[in-house]
Amino acid sequence: MADNVDLRTGTTGSGVQAGPVPVLAPGHNYESVSESIAAVPLKQGWPKFWLVGFTATFCIMMMLFATIGGLVFKGIGLWGPNVPVGWGFDIINFVWWIGIGHAGTLISAILLLLKQQWRMSIARFAEAMTIFAVACALLYPTFHTGRPWLAYWMLPYPNTMGMWPQPRSPLLWDVFAVSTYATISIVFWYVGLIPDLATMRDRAKSRFAQVAYGMLALGWRGSAKHWVHYETASLLLAGMSTPLVLSVHTVVSFDFAVGLLPGWHATIFPPYFVAGAIYSGFAMVLTLAIPMRSWYKLKDFITAKHIDNMCKVMLATGLIVAYGYFMEAFMAWYSANGWETFMFKNRTTGPYGWSYWSLILFNVLIPQVLWFGWARKNVALVFVVSLIINIGMWLERFVIIVTSLHRDFLPSSWGMYYPTQYDWSFYIGSIGMFLCLMYIFIRVLPSISIFEVRTLVPRETKGGHH
Amino acid sequence: MRKPLYGLMAEFATPEQLIEATEKVHSEGYRKVDAYSPLPIEELHHSMHLPDSKLPRFVFFGGLAGGLGGFGLLQWISQVAYPLNIGGRPLNSWVSFIPITFELTVLLAGLTTFATLIAMCGLPLPYHPVFNVPRFKLASSERFFLVIESEDPRFDLVRTREFLNTLHPHEVSEVES
Repeated sequence: MADNVDLRTGTTGSGVQAGPVPVLAPGHNYESVSESIAAVPLKQGWPKFWLVGFTATFCIMMMLFATIGGLVFKGIGLWGPNVPVGWGFDIINFVWWIGIGHAGTLISAILLLLKQQWRMSIARFAEAMTIFAVACALLYPTFHTGRPWLAYWMLPYPNTMGMWPQPRSPLLWDVFAVSTYATISIVFWYVGLIPDLATMRDRAKSRFAQVAYGMLALGWRGSAKHWVHYETASLLLAGMSTPLVLSVHTVVSFDFAVGLLPGWHATIFPPYFVAGAIYSGFAMVLTLAIPMRSWYKLKDFITAKHIDNMCKVMLATGLIVAYGYFMEAFMAWYSANGWETFMFKNRTTGPYGWSYWSLILFNVLIPQVLWFGWARKNVALVFVVSLIINIGMWLERFVIIVTSLHRDFLPSSWGMYYPTQYDWSFYIGSIGMFLCLMYIFIRVLPSISIFEVRTLVPRETKGGHH
Repeated sequence: MRKPLYGLMAEFATPEQLIEATEKVHSEGYRKVDAYSPLPIEELHHSMHLPDSKLPRFVFFGGLAGGLGGFGLLQWISQVAYPLNIGGRPLNSWVSFIPITFELTVLLAGLTTFATLIAMCGLPLPYHPVFNVPRFKLASSERFFLVIESEDPRFDLVRTREFLNTLHPHEVSEVES
């Protein structure tokens, strides 16, 4: 709470935030903020768009579970990956989902440390998005092991086999990075929810909702003594999550960069992966926020200012990603390494050339429209661009993984990778699971942090109706 | 016989009134006091003379345990429990242990933050006397409350109520324990 209010005289600046477009629409007081956000789970019941969306995504999630059943009974031969492309959709989608998760932590942690108040109304559901995206991501390596019921072998624990994991392997680093990221994201999210759960408990009318929210709120009563600990804990968690989120995609990029394969063995990978993660994450936040704010009439809280800021973050990270693509091409030439040169030539003009050029179109060229203010104000256009970036970032992982693996050092071991219907049903199914979880989340929990938005209410109008 | 009172509760409409009230309550000599608000109010920290949170020192030791424990575990695995020759690298190839050491530092520090926060706030606490006041429901939405507990040596039902009334509250109510 960085509020420069002179309390003695009660004078304030011009209210919320400098700048022409506010991050909270004018005219709100504490009660109206609480009411508008809490009403979504408490009063709006089961709107038609929710039922339709939930049912559809639930069915798609069932397709995922059916695929998982097939994988467990038959084995992962149902999937397309095989020599030489041993990492296909499962790793592409793992990296894609983990990347999407990064925006949530960036918004909730890094922007908190930078005192960016506009983050407050999008942080909650961006964090939820992080948790669900990480859950989707974890499905892929888990089922790619082929024996997911033995996944705990990846953890260091004393066992009768006398075996221990190999701590020099980036794959083990990844186990720790992703599981820590999932755990800390859930903790951070839950800590942020506690005061809002108390609000829900106190506003709920049905006994069931009162008890359910009451148990989750742990008896929070907003005591000033507790707020002191609470604010300290939030700051500490943000401070920890900041290097954590940067480390996660760095470690994911080590899965590739530590290998010797041309197209993977590059020092640009960690920063380029982190920027790409934030890029895709913000695209996904926009893809979800734009329909949500209009369906649930939350435009007072997720304003044009938020969309504008998120577009600018996408533009900046997109340019870093474009720099990464350029550096890959430059190093292929500058290193004077025949394998690197061939890799780049094959990537751009080989059998998968279409994926490289679509990637450049989707990730580099089209998003440049966000330089223009009129484009960032056009919500429908921003929505389309965010979808295009989501696809572009998926293509980036496809390009990195498939085009590097399918033609490496020995022409005798070259081959092609074709995803099977089970690759597709697993991927589309995981999107269904992600959206289904988002629908449930929006329906049962406050999707915007109520207590943080209260701090945006200008002090002179505070108190509301008297 | 009536149950003993937990204290007296005053309700305010704005954070400014609450901050002013807590200052006056403190200068009047009351010490068993708590304020309740639907949002964090930084100024209360000073006006109520609250100590800084001791949470960071627990978190420091949690993180330290995670870091040292993690690094020690990896060393022990590589040198004692399961030594493996990977491409002729030394058994103590500590550089490759850094990522996991870092992750375990953050993991333990984060879990300690959560556990300490819950413990320091005395949660989970399903029942608390302040919830007996019907209007306290608003403390999580829009209203600001101040409670002087009956355990305070200066507490006197009549005089404390009169004093609270001088702070221009919306209402003063008795909190049953």
